[in-house]
Amino acid sequence: MSIQYYIFFCLALFSIGVVGVLTRRNAIIVFMCIELMLNAVNLLLVAFSKMYYGMAVQNGGATTAGIDAQIFVFFIMVVAAAEVSIGLAIIVMMYRNTHSIDVNFLNRLKN
Amino acid sequence: MNAIIVSTLLGVIMMFCSWGIKNVQAQKNIALVGLLILIFANLAHANAWYVFEYDTKGMLRFNSFGLYANTLLFSLTFIYVWLNGEEISKLSKTPADFYSLFFFILCGISILTSFDNLLMLFIGIEILSIPLYILTGADKKNMFSNEAALKYFLMGSFSTGILLLGITLIYGATGSFHLTDPVIDKLTGMAHEQMLLSAGLILLFAAMNFKVSAAPFHFWTPDVYDGAPTVFTSFMATIAKAAGIIAFINVFGSQYKALAFSWTLLLTFVIIATLLVGNIIAVFQRSVKRMLAYSSIAQAGFMLFALYGKSEIAKEGVLLYAVVYSLATIGIFAVLIKMKENSFDAFNGLSKTNPLLAFVTTIFLFSLAGIPLTGGFFAKYYMLSALLKAGAGLWLVILAVVFAAISIYYYFKIIQAMYFTTGESALGVVPKYYTNKLLIIAILLLVLGVFPNLLLNYLYF
Repeated sequence: MSIQYYIFFCLALFSIGVVGVLTRRNAIIVFMCIELMLNAVNLLLVAFSKMYYGMAVQNGGATTAGIDAQIFVFFIMVVAAAEVSIGLAIIVMMYRNTHSIDVNFLNRLKN
Repeated sequence: MNAIIVSTLLGVIMMFCSWGIKNVQAQKNIALVGLLILIFANLAHANAWYVFEYDTKGMLRFNSFGLYANTLLFSLTFIYVWLNGEEISKLSKTPADFYSLFFFILCGISILTSFDNLLMLFIGIEILSIPLYILTGADKKNMFSNEAALKYFLMGSFSTGILLLGITLIYGATGSFHLTDPVIDKLTGMAHEQMLLSAGLILLFAAMNFKVSAAPFHFWTPDVYDGAPTVFTSFMATIAKAAGIIAFINVFGSQYKALAFSWTLLLTFVIIATLLVGNIIAVFQRSVKRMLAYSSIAQAGFMLFALYGKSEIAKEGVLLYAVVYSLATIGIFAVLIKMKENSFDAFNGLSKTNPLLAFVTTIFLFSLAGIPLTGGFFAKYYMLSALLKAGAGLWLVILAVVFAAISIYYYFKIIQAMYFTTGESALGVVPKYYTNKLLIIAILLLVLGVFPNLLLNYLYF
């Protein structure tokens, strides 16, 4: 399968995430959409990694080609987990004060 | 490498201090000693004395610019903690938690000043941002602090997603995360890869603009800076922002710039929009804290001039600008912390109630506005001459000077309130030693305004 399919699929997934962040009002769902964006990127990185690996094997080159992208994926997972822990803590903190996780609440600072 | 490891260790040590040592004053002193150790570790690295020697496989590349930027930002953090220690202690029973977060932020900063790989850029930005989300929400019972934290967190993670997509597309085009990989040169003729690379670079550019709060990606800044506890706003607007700008210069100072997409046009648009939005909206603010948030957007616009060309004067200028702007902003926020409210009226008649405090505030504002004899003048001068040296048009320089003139209006509104408006200032209790510390910062600004080379000569050792 050519790489174009992967690129279009991942960009579609990423766009669903972006649209979700921009339109949804529930903080948890906004958060899930951000995770969706990150995972679309993970998928694309793995696809590119395999592409470069395949190219290197065909040309008889080094078989470690593309491995750095897969390492990058692990880093993204770790950082996303760290962000989840902070993000959920912030959402819980907000829920304790307002008894709501609606992001429409975020308009007091404007005035 | 020394700075990265030592700052992490110190962060962990501070974390244990938060339950091992109950005395708040002692926690602050440990943090100050830790910062001194960190500065010395970094200086040791700059003098080729490696405590920890690793082969980073091209992930990190240390140069004198990055190491000196580290030293300056660590020293600014030292001044910040030395000045604001009492205020930080008021926010929590265990302020050591906040100090440990500062050390983790400094670890992120030392990665951002020396990365040579997009993976390290990502890691550095995240290590810098995640503690900042916590610091924004540090005032747990305060609705504004909550709101600012959630907003900053959602916006920050969203921009991280954009940054990652940009990095991935760049990888797809070049097959490498390295900033200085020769493979990029060969690509300029190939249509598909070129398209992928341009899309990736534009996404990366947008995400970096977001992190340094340049327009049109500035919309989160005023709300977050306004809602966060004032002490931490002071940190975010100065040291964290300066680190973001140095990272920005590291990425786009490399050969990505030589690519065929219209880089200069994009950069000019962003800088003019940043100066315009920052300066014009700041004029209409009624709260000093919000005005300073917009002014920090405008000042970031000035620092971005260093992106036009990586000349010596641009490097010197961005370091001088970061230091001078940070000192003045830390000072003015330290005065604002002692006010009972954030409006301009709070400063009414301050010259009568506390003339020394009014005087140092005036120097901070002069420096932010770029009046000669204060550091701000030379900082702006260096940035503009770097701009001319990089071959940008004279009209851009004139436009920048016009915007600097507009900024005088809103900075001088405070001076006018202090000296020419009668009334009762909303000043809380200010101890004598606090004013003296501010006076020392003001003297530093005046010295840098006359001898900027005192700071810059060290770049070449």
